[in-house]
Amino acid sequence: MTAPTDTPVVEFRNVSFAPPGVAAPIISDLDLEIRRGETLVLLGESGCGKTTTLKLINRLIMPTGGEVRIEGRATSEWDETALRRRTGYVIQEAGLFPHFTVERNVGLVPTLEGWPAARIAGRVREMLTLVGLAPEVFAARYPRELSGGQRQRVGVARALAADPPVLLLDEPFGALDPLTRAALQREFGALMRGLDKTAVFVTHDVREALALATRVALMRGGRINVVATPAEFLRSEDSYARAYLDTIRPAGESAAAREGGD
Amino acid sequence: MDDSIVFDFLKTNWPELLSLTGEHLRLVAVAVAVAVAIGLPVGILLTRRERLKGFVLGVAGVLQTVPSLALFGFLIPLSFVGVGARAAVIALVVYALLPIIRNTVTGIEGVDAHVREAAVGMGMTRGQILRQVELPLALPVILAGVRVATVISVGVATIAAAIGAGGLGTYIFRGLRMNDDRLLIAGALPAALMALGLDWLIGLLEIELGARARTVSPTARRTRLLRLSFAATLIAAALGLGLAAWLGGARVSTGGDAPAPVADAGALAVRVCSKDFTESVILGEMLAQELEARGVRVERVFELGGNLCHESLVSNRADAYPEYTGTSFTAILKHQPVTDPRAVYEQVRREYAEQFAVETGPPLGFSNDFAILVRGRDARELRLTTISDAAAHAPRWRAGFGQDFMSRPDGYPGFARTYKLKFRARPREMDLSLTYRALAAGEVDVIAGNSTDGLIGSLDLFQLADDRRYFPPYEAVFFARRDALGRVPQLGETLKKFGGAITTGEMRRLNLEVDGSKRAPAEVVREWRRGKGF
Repeated sequence: MTAPTDTPVVEFRNVSFAPPGVAAPIISDLDLEIRRGETLVLLGESGCGKTTTLKLINRLIMPTGGEVRIEGRATSEWDETALRRRTGYVIQEAGLFPHFTVERNVGLVPTLEGWPAARIAGRVREMLTLVGLAPEVFAARYPRELSGGQRQRVGVARALAADPPVLLLDEPFGALDPLTRAALQREFGALMRGLDKTAVFVTHDVREALALATRVALMRGGRINVVATPAEFLRSEDSYARAYLDTIRPAGESAAAREGGD
Repeated sequence: MDDSIVFDFLKTNWPELLSLTGEHLRLVAVAVAVAVAIGLPVGILLTRRERLKGFVLGVAGVLQTVPSLALFGFLIPLSFVGVGARAAVIALVVYALLPIIRNTVTGIEGVDAHVREAAVGMGMTRGQILRQVELPLALPVILAGVRVATVISVGVATIAAAIGAGGLGTYIFRGLRMNDDRLLIAGALPAALMALGLDWLIGLLEIELGARARTVSPTARRTRLLRLSFAATLIAAALGLGLAAWLGGARVSTGGDAPAPVADAGALAVRVCSKDFTESVILGEMLAQELEARGVRVERVFELGGNLCHESLVSNRADAYPEYTGTSFTAILKHQPVTDPRAVYEQVRREYAEQFAVETGPPLGFSNDFAILVRGRDARELRLTTISDAAAHAPRWRAGFGQDFMSRPDGYPGFARTYKLKFRARPREMDLSLTYRALAAGEVDVIAGNSTDGLIGSLDLFQLADDRRYFPPYEAVFFARRDALGRVPQLGETLKKFGGAITTGEMRRLNLEVDGSKRAPAEVVREWRRGKGF
């Protein structure tokens, strides 16, 4: 457990976040280690602090207490630009630049990093193929000319383009219709298994959490209630976890059976 | 108005119309370019400094509500501004700033929060976000602001003619003064067309930029690009022209002829001002032509409103201009009216020399006094020669007076008291130039005009003698800065030569030539000089 390869990629040490003028802290006493290659899913209701936790990782927010360490260094010691370029970021509405083509959107971080044009073009083709979009069809399009699912695929491709070791995803599939959503979840799961990336994934959908996570962290009121593998989570005695599981388990049927049918 | 009159007018005035339109366009282009150069960075700054935003937008909003003539009035006395194109550009910039700043702020703040969050999350620096994300996405909104600013500028620039900045307003003001609809239209129509044209052009650019992100087919994209570059080229050309003219020192020129060739290239030009009425323009032109005849280079700064000539003279923006002793005595030196012409002249001469280092030339030979006028027919039938003769008829008469006469210290209240006048109703207050026509048409029975007005003869009006000597004398004189007299010896000689050179009858005739026969002042003056053997 103490071998260098096992150093946590992301580590929360007694982190709290309580901006002035807000009655209750948004994050309290958070301790969490995320290891290399892991997909940790932050699960919880709106306002539980899961998105805030995510933003503490790429320093969109600075903790008011404790520290967040990335690859062994506190975020406060990182140059914020360097930190963010090592952490791919995918958000719900994709946040694609409407005035950029798909190609320029995907090539954004490599361009900022000053890669040569030919290498960027090759990388963009590779990434689009990886997320299931034919480059010759989609590279020249603008975000307006894409469906919601296609936009999210571009969002993922953009986050992966500069090969960051850490990937942060804030409800990336939240606004999609159920069929597209299920398809993207399946593909994303497969993608992550093949890529050896560390990912932190925020969702309020317990089924999505169980399908994608190597570990699930259940949050409530700015604290982590349970951290468990999906298998352990399904057997959890925690009442809040059980309440979540009940939403996907009709009487008499096991969650595992439901999972298998998905 | 039939077509041939318009056509003739255009034929004779085409070069002047073109040059005025060019001046107008340059004023607008320079002002908008400067306003963008200031407004864009300020707008960007405001999106970063939330607390400054309300304050700066508030100030810009208040500035925009200041009436433009008042703003020009504030700017003239500032020594680095003066009259002419520079003051006009500053005023135009003040009006153009608000829409540009406001739309820059709105445009940048309107960028989708998700897009901004993604940009920050991708590790873009603030400068990269501004240049690559915020500004391109805000551009259509910013351009809409530039469009509004441009249209406002075209309108305000017409008023700039009042401070000698030229442009199409020159025709509008001249038309108002001379009651000439052709001039009004010749000024207003091109200005309106210019506003519409620029509005359309920038609107085109705005639509193209907004559409870029939505374009689908490559062909459509190429067409758009073509049209886009067309519009951009036109706008850039206009801006470039304006800037070049500005950097090259846009010279002030209105209406008159081009200055004569420079005889003495080393000497500074003499800057001759005139006020914004025909007689003042004629007198200014007389002085200018006489100086040019002596080889002096002259810069004409004509048709300035209000007391701008005086302000220009004392702030060293002008060297000489024609004035009336009575105006100097009451309006500038703020003395109570006095009726002895000699005393008024002497006191004005002394005080101007002491207070302003300005010398007074000898009286030109005529006065432009207030003239109480009645119809010639009435005067003959009722045997009227003096105002006292007329006082008995006043209770049956209606009077019409200019706004100026009603309010000034040597105007109506004292006049009515002195002659114990009681009219049928309170005098009607109207534009001075309209009172003549109202009198001739029988709408009113007595007016207060100017004794040298050409219309007195042409409309068969009769001037009643001021038998109680109520009205102070308004002898015409030239004022000149003492340093200019030292610098250009010909200026002093010229002022001496004009002493007693013009009679009241002559001045009436010259005014009539310009106002009645619609001839160019420069031409009328040239003719007069030939006749006098100057």
